[in-house]
Amino acid sequence: MWNAVKLVLLGLIVLGAAIAANFGRDLAYQVHAVIILAVAGGLFIWTLRRFGDERPAPAANEYNDGVVRAGVIATSFWGAVGFLVGVVIAFQLAYPWLNFDWAQGYANFGRLRPLHTSAVIFAFGGNALVMSSFYVVQRTSAARLWGGNLAWFVFWGYQLFIVLAATGYLLGATQSKEYAEPEWYVDLWLTIVWVAYLAVFLGTLIKRKEPHIYVANWFYLSFIVTVAMLHLVNNATIPVSIFGSKSVIVWAGVQDAMTQWWYGHNAVGFFLTAGFLGMMYYFVPKQAEKPVFSYKLSIVHFWALIFLYIWAGPHHLHYTALPDWASTLGMVFSIVLWMPSWGGMINGLMTLSGAWDKLRTDPVIRMMVISIGFYGMSTFEGPMMSIRAVNSLSHYTDWTIGHVHSGALGWNGMITFGALYFLVPRLWNRERLYSLSLVNWHFWLATIGIVLYASSMWVTGIMEGLMWREVDAQGFLVNSFADTVAAKFPMYVVRGLGGVLFLTGALIMCYNLWMTVKGQPKVSDEPAMAPAE
Amino acid sequence: METYSLLREIADSWALLALFVFFIGVVVWAFRPGSRDVHHDTANIPFRHEDKPAQQEART
Repeated sequence: MWNAVKLVLLGLIVLGAAIAANFGRDLAYQVHAVIILAVAGGLFIWTLRRFGDERPAPAANEYNDGVVRAGVIATSFWGAVGFLVGVVIAFQLAYPWLNFDWAQGYANFGRLRPLHTSAVIFAFGGNALVMSSFYVVQRTSAARLWGGNLAWFVFWGYQLFIVLAATGYLLGATQSKEYAEPEWYVDLWLTIVWVAYLAVFLGTLIKRKEPHIYVANWFYLSFIVTVAMLHLVNNATIPVSIFGSKSVIVWAGVQDAMTQWWYGHNAVGFFLTAGFLGMMYYFVPKQAEKPVFSYKLSIVHFWALIFLYIWAGPHHLHYTALPDWASTLGMVFSIVLWMPSWGGMINGLMTLSGAWDKLRTDPVIRMMVISIGFYGMSTFEGPMMSIRAVNSLSHYTDWTIGHVHSGALGWNGMITFGALYFLVPRLWNRERLYSLSLVNWHFWLATIGIVLYASSMWVTGIMEGLMWREVDAQGFLVNSFADTVAAKFPMYVVRGLGGVLFLTGALIMCYNLWMTVKGQPKVSDEPAMAPAE
Repeated sequence: METYSLLREIADSWALLALFVFFIGVVVWAFRPGSRDVHHDTANIPFRHEDKPAQQEART
């Protein structure tokens, strides 16, 4: 019965997509219609061929790890793609001729830049969050994922969202809102996927066998719920035509700006911080083989973080049309955020107390520890930059870019790498990783890459800010904009090289994980390993 | 009164107080006497059920 309904739905989608492709008013919309047509058509044939097949019911006494494995592959793949695009655009800034004439309008910096940010944040980071949350919520609830194949819908639906978003950017379909670039129909699709994600996660929590909800799940849940809210509010748009990709936001001017940065900063706060803290609270104790340093502190950390973060957005709009009280509020809350951020960092680091020797022997835990270190560093830097006086120097300069990358590469990247190294041997039932020395190589390449990136951006950012505000005795500006661009060249090259190192490390990781699955002996599956206790 | 002014007044008075009281309540709740055992047990959740979900009879 369900299969018949599915066939009808898919048939209707194919029909609708064909009509849309025919009437589409712009190239991006038409291409998207064709992609949807192909996906729905393929699913239609696939469902039809399996119609009436008897499929064994999934074992309720086992975890659903298939979707986590798929997520691990997607995370590694999108990570490599996103870092590669990042390296390309870094060199496009240093060497403008890399904006090739033949690719104008498709692969110039302006088109590739959102592709890079979305690929690393939503494709790499998002897949890491989805797959790790599916892994963690099952283990800490002692229950199989709720909803059967709904988890697979979330996975593939999310990949479709990524493909639609990425192709849309290259073809020029964008809302021009940072981190919220996908156009209206892609937003609608993500909403459906996200509701399904929330249902799977909550359903698993509800049928948990543990009396308490482990703190990692609190962080994951706040990430899912808040991102849903942010996404809906910041994408309240009206399409110009249902056959075109262009849409118009319902609010204008400073309200739009405030909504956008309320969204933008909470994307950082709940996507890149709360969600990844969920990863930290599970994988760091597991890898250290010790429970978290203070569970009480983790509770206070959680509530303080979510109570404060939501207000911090206005610090992106200092010296704009936004009323001063609002930007002051954002600045104050950003500074108060120091406390929970550092509380969480201390909680993560101190989990290793009594096991510090592992830092010498285990490169995976070293990766996790340095990610917590970068978390502490960028959550120190961020509040400082949100202070109005500091912001007058740092805003619109490369300092901001450096800050974002020390957080994203250092904190999000490294904790994800640590989680991937943790997960792959367990998910594929392998005894150990293929090579720990390759993990070591990855660690050092990535760390040095981030250091090159962040320090070159500090230098160029502060230099740029000082050059912009330099006036002579008569009060005239000393430097033209082009002067600052010329002065930044060496730092741009260093930044690009840092990116190359980071990308190389990620490729080494992909090779290492591949060889772990391909080349390592399988653990004999039968004797279900008795729990350590 | 305008909606804007009304919301602002609610935000920086009762809403602020409510959120703050809730937060203090969370902290007090976390540090309440007798929470140590619960937290010890909860903190050790990741070290149980690594390979398989809890067995059926545990479901009550």
